[in-house]
Amino acid sequence: MSNDSAPLAIKTKVAYKLADDISTDVIYPGRFMATVLPTETPQFAFADLPDLNKRLVSGNIPRGGAIVAGKNFGCGSSREQAASTLKGFGLVLIARGFARIFLQNAINLGLRTIVCPDIAADEGDELAIYADRVVNVATKASFVITPLPRARQSIIDAGGLIAYTRGRLVSSHT
Amino acid sequence: MGMTVAEKILARASGRDSVAAGDVVEPHVDLAMSHENAALVINQFREIYDGTRLEPQVWDPERIAIIFDHRVPAEGAKTATNQKRIREFVAKQGIAKFHDIRADQGGICHQILPESGYVLPGMVVVGTDSHTTTHGALGAFAFGIGATEMASTWALGTALNVEVPATIKVVLRGALPEFVSAKDLILHLIGRLSAEGANFKVLEFHGDAIDNMPTSGRLVLCNMSVEAGATAGIVPADDQTVHYLRNVANYHGGIDLVQPDPDAAYCETIEIDCSQLTYQVACPHTVDNVKTIDTVEGTKIDQIVVGSCTNGRADDLATAASILRGQRIADGVRMLVFPASWRIYKESIANGVISDLVSAGAIVMNPGCGCCLGVHQGALGDGETALSTTNRNFLGRMGNAKAQVYLCSPAVAAASALTGRISRPQRSLEV
Repeated sequence: MSNDSAPLAIKTKVAYKLADDISTDVIYPGRFMATVLPTETPQFAFADLPDLNKRLVSGNIPRGGAIVAGKNFGCGSSREQAASTLKGFGLVLIARGFARIFLQNAINLGLRTIVCPDIAADEGDELAIYADRVVNVATKASFVITPLPRARQSIIDAGGLIAYTRGRLVSSHT
Repeated sequence: MGMTVAEKILARASGRDSVAAGDVVEPHVDLAMSHENAALVINQFREIYDGTRLEPQVWDPERIAIIFDHRVPAEGAKTATNQKRIREFVAKQGIAKFHDIRADQGGICHQILPESGYVLPGMVVVGTDSHTTTHGALGAFAFGIGATEMASTWALGTALNVEVPATIKVVLRGALPEFVSAKDLILHLIGRLSAEGANFKVLEFHGDAIDNMPTSGRLVLCNMSVEAGATAGIVPADDQTVHYLRNVANYHGGIDLVQPDPDAAYCETIEIDCSQLTYQVACPHTVDNVKTIDTVEGTKIDQIVVGSCTNGRADDLATAASILRGQRIADGVRMLVFPASWRIYKESIANGVISDLVSAGAIVMNPGCGCCLGVHQGALGDGETALSTTNRNFLGRMGNAKAQVYLCSPAVAAASALTGRISRPQRSLEV
């Protein structure tokens, strides 16, 4: 059970900043789509942004690190590898907005996504993430989080879509 | 309060009298489509059953369609092995609507579904492809989902936890000028809305320009609705829909022409005067970076592409051929044509269109997604520029992040092939 009144925050650090409209072709280029296993996809994350790819693959960006993006992150293709590749690095993804299919895939796979329409943070900034807001520790500025679509909450609570569907199947057979 | 087309379809499929934007429903799925990414769906599908002691079995093999199109024939061993695994799964599960890499059944999923009569007005269609919005052209509610979500649908037969989207009404009036097409219309609309302007919403198309538009054009509008972020694009079914289903798709069963209620609630209405529209070009590297042709005319092009799930239909190829007939594409330009299905390819051989294209110097490839997504069959070199009738121009899209892609209609693509620069279409002198 979650406790909304808990004052606990997730502490993270902005490892990289991205612009608006980062497409799934940039997150996970089409030429790697024959690779499907979530264990194999992370090596190709942002393959066409060599600096970011290198930092991820070399471990320069630690697990739990944050990427802060602009509007419409994940626009384009429905390819689920775009979510699994980021999940593989344990990233926290904060964006001003997400494209529908990407957000759905992220929730289904348990990638931590935070919709924060006014987020302002620079590379290296420390962030404290609460249930309803993100606080930039250096500037003390606070930014409201838009709750994820309520339709998805039961999937988040179940720990992802595979576990959720498995539960539904089992209960329908007992 | 009345309902939009999307609301009516979702209410029916969820067993409810009515739904409104924001409601959460679990609609029964009428058709679930995948392509090569079925390899990933199969993976996730099997994982759902791990530890349950239940045998993995799809809910209804008649309602699943799998069409190979993204990498046909396979460009490498990994793809070929994925395709082999999918064939084995199809045989084991008895999946009926399977289209292999064959000239008597193959093509791009978003053309195979309509031309085979698999999509009917009022259906809920899901696909592991963002351009599944295409099928709204036949009055269905069709949307793209990820592989894990499709695995759930294969197991349960429903689309889980769908939030009923609000609908934007798009009214298209007047006649399009010659050579100005549905592609110019949708590019113009995307430019107006922006790439996220319809995110989590439906575009429902109306107006006399829609009444007079053949299904091939409606497929273009709905196909690219996702480029404005839309969950779905829908053209309410009408006589043209019936004509297409009876005469093109050879479907002879019942058809329910689902219409919006007169008092349906729309979150926004957009009107476009088609008679004032000119040629539109989406510039690198976003689809909403749309300009009228005068601002980019003369831009040098290395590769012209006509085809894809957006513009690889018979009338698209015929338009290109009518401009190229008896002429020769410019030196220094290569032109690739990808018919959207083998049926279209064969029709275009029979009516001479393919001959016109090839005689002008174009290369006609086998039907499939081709170079659109940057896998094979026409990558770009460093610093090169493509002008393409496909649907995306994101950085790296055509296989090279050091190249750039412009998007346009088949008429503009063909006219530009003759000059090697972005050019306005003119009727060929030789008729």
